[in-house]
Amino acid sequence: MSTPVTVFLVDDHALFRAGVKAELAGLADDRIAVVGEAGTVAEAVVRISAERPDVVLLDVHMPDGGGRAVLEQVHARYPEAVFLALSVSDAAEDVINVIRAGARGYVTKTISATELADAVVRVSGGDAVFSPRLAGFVLDAFSDRAGAAPLVDPELDMLSPREREVLRLLARGYAYKEIASQLFISIKTVETHVSSVLRKTQMSNRYELSRWATDRRLV
Amino acid sequence: MATHPAPPARSVRDAVDDLLTPGTVAASPAVPVENPFRVVGTDRHGDPIAKLVRPAGGRIIGGVAVGIADHLRVKVLWVRLTFAMLALLSGVGVLAYALLWIFVPQSRGAEPHRPSATERRQAIGIAAVGAALAVLGTALGLGQSVGWIVGPLGLASVGAAFIWREADDAQRQRWRRSAAGVVGETRSGLWRLVGGITLVVGGLAVFALGQFDVGATGGALVAVVLTLVGVAIIAIPWWIRLVRDLGAERREVVVQQERAEIAAHLHDSVLQTLALIQRQAADPREVLRLSRSQERELRAWLYGPAGYATSSAAAVTESDATVAAALATAAGEVEDTYAVKVTPVVVGDTAMGGVGSDMHALVAATREAMVNAAKHAGNPDISLYAEVEDDAVTVFVRDRGVGFDPDQVGSDRRGLAESIRGRMDRHHGRATVRSTRGEGTEIELSMPIPVRPAEPVASDAVAPSGAGPEPRQVLPR
Repeated sequence: MSTPVTVFLVDDHALFRAGVKAELAGLADDRIAVVGEAGTVAEAVVRISAERPDVVLLDVHMPDGGGRAVLEQVHARYPEAVFLALSVSDAAEDVINVIRAGARGYVTKTISATELADAVVRVSGGDAVFSPRLAGFVLDAFSDRAGAAPLVDPELDMLSPREREVLRLLARGYAYKEIASQLFISIKTVETHVSSVLRKTQMSNRYELSRWATDRRLV
Repeated sequence: MATHPAPPARSVRDAVDDLLTPGTVAASPAVPVENPFRVVGTDRHGDPIAKLVRPAGGRIIGGVAVGIADHLRVKVLWVRLTFAMLALLSGVGVLAYALLWIFVPQSRGAEPHRPSATERRQAIGIAAVGAALAVLGTALGLGQSVGWIVGPLGLASVGAAFIWREADDAQRQRWRRSAAGVVGETRSGLWRLVGGITLVVGGLAVFALGQFDVGATGGALVAVVLTLVGVAIIAIPWWIRLVRDLGAERREVVVQQERAEIAAHLHDSVLQTLALIQRQAADPREVLRLSRSQERELRAWLYGPAGYATSSAAAVTESDATVAAALATAAGEVEDTYAVKVTPVVVGDTAMGGVGSDMHALVAATREAMVNAAKHAGNPDISLYAEVEDDAVTVFVRDRGVGFDPDQVGSDRRGLAESIRGRMDRHHGRATVRSTRGEGTEIELSMPIPVRPAEPVASDAVAPSGAGPEPRQVLPR
C-alpha cells in the first residue's frame, strides 16, 4: 500500500481525539495518516465532505444525534466514506444501530493502538471489523431458535451455516487467520463471509431487527 | 448533555484531594446540590414577598395601613387616604379597616421603623377626617344610592383579597410574573387588557345608570355579560401561561433531581475509585483491577437492565437467575481477583434453575476454567463465549497464553482440569481441552438443558409451574 489510508476522527471529547492521534502517530505506521478531526455533528459533516478521508473513526454518543446522524448526513454528500465506530459503549442497541446505519465495523475505546490501526486498514480495504462482542450480538440477532422473529425473506435474512460458524469463532476470540486454519479455508474467504454477514445485518429486514430489540426489552 | 448549568461548586480535583486527606472522607459532603425550591417565593426583583401582616411597631391605630402599604409597596399615606375616602360611602372605609384589623395577623418581631411625630399627627388627622366623612356620608344618604354598587363590589373585593392572602408565596409570585407578562410581553396582550378593562368599566357604568332607568334589568343583564366576557379575555391567557409555567417548573425540578442523582453516583463511584487509583499509582496491577471493576460497575449502571440509558420498561427484575447474568458475574469476579481482562460474550439465555442444578455446575466449571487461564496462561486477556441453544449450553473459555501439551500435563494442572471435567461429568455435561504450546488454550464446556417433562409433578426445584417447555428468556446484557 503505497499511499497511506487517510483517517478522520469524530469525537466530542477533544482529549480523546488528541489521545487517539498521539497513539496512532506513536505507532509510526506509514499505512495510516490522520488528516482531520471534528467535535460536533455539524462540523464533522462539513469537514468530512471537504477532506474526503478514506476512513472515519466515529463516536457513537455525541450531542445532536450522535454518530448515526453523522453517518446519515455524510452518506448523502460523500458516499465513499468508510465508517468505523469507535465507542466506549458496547450496549447492544448502540452497536446494532450504527452497524445498521452503515458503519463497516465497531470497536470499543479500550482497543489497543495497534489493533485500531489494523482495523482501520482492514475496513478501508472493504472488510468488516467484528469484535467478539459484535459477533455475539449479530448471532443473537439472527438467531433462528424458538421465540425469534419469523423469517420474512429467507434469501436475504438467513446467515448461511458457514457464516454462522465464522461468527461463532469470531465470538470465541479467534483471529481471521485462526478461523481460516480451523475451517480449512483461506483468509480471503473468511473476510468474504464476514463482509456478507455485515451486509445482511445492514440490509436485513427481519422486522428491521426491531423485533430483536423488543425481544430483549430494549425498546 | 451539551449544556450543564449545574456544575459542582468544587472541582473534581478538590473532591479527590478531600478524599485523599485522612479523616475527611466520611465528612466529605456530596457535591452540593442547588435546592430547587429556594428560588421560588421571590418576586422578579429578588426580594421575598411579604405576606400581609400588621407590623407590631410603627403603627398608629391597628397597623393595618402600614401593613398594606408594605405589602403593596406604596406609600402609607395613600393607603390611609384611601381608607378615609372610602369612609364617605356609608362608612365602608371604617368597616374595611376594622375587618382587616381583625383578620390580618400581627407580625412577630418588632419592626425597626418608628413613625415620626409629624407622621403620627398626619395619620391621626387622616383618621379623624375619615371618621367625619363616614358621619357625613351617612347623613347625606349617600349610602343608599351607592350601596347598591358598593355592597356587591365590596364583597367581591374582600373575596379577592382573601384568595390573594391565602395563596402561598410561590403562587403569588407566579401570578405577578404572568400578569407582568400579559401586559408587557406583547402588544396583543396590552390590547386584551385594555379591552377587558373597558368592558368591565363600561359594564359597571351601565349597571350604575340602570339604577335610575326604567329598562334597568335588560341593561344590567347586558352589562353583566359584557363584564364576564371582559374578565374571561383577561383571565384565560393568564391562566394558560400559569399552567405552562407550572409545567416548566416541574420539569426543571425533575431535571435538577436527576442531575443531583448522577452527581451523587459519580461521587460515590468514579471519584472514589480515582482517589484510590491515585494512591495506588505505583501498583499497576491494583490500578488495573480498580479501573476494570469501576468500568464494569459504571457500565452496569449506564447500560444494564435497570440502567440509566435503558428505558424503564427494560427494568425487569433480574438477578443472577439466568445463565448470562451468572456468567457475567463470574467473569467480573475473576477479573477482580486476578487482575485479568475477561471479555464475556453470551448468545441467548436460559434460567439458572435451583441451587445444585446443572447450570450452577456449568457456571462453576466455567469459573474454574477462567481461574486456570488467569493463573497459568501468562496472558491477561481471556475470552468467554457462551451460546444457549434449545437443547444445550456451550461455553468456550479461551486464552492466548503459553499453552501446554494436554498429554504431558503436571499433576496440579491435571487436578484442576479434572475438577472441571469431574463436575461436568456428574451433571451429564462434557468438557474438552484444546491447547497448543505457545498459542494458548481453549476449554469447551457443554451442558445439555434438561428437557422439562410435561407433567408438573416431576420438576420440583426448577420450575413449579412446569407446564410445557420453559419460554426462552432473553435479557439484555
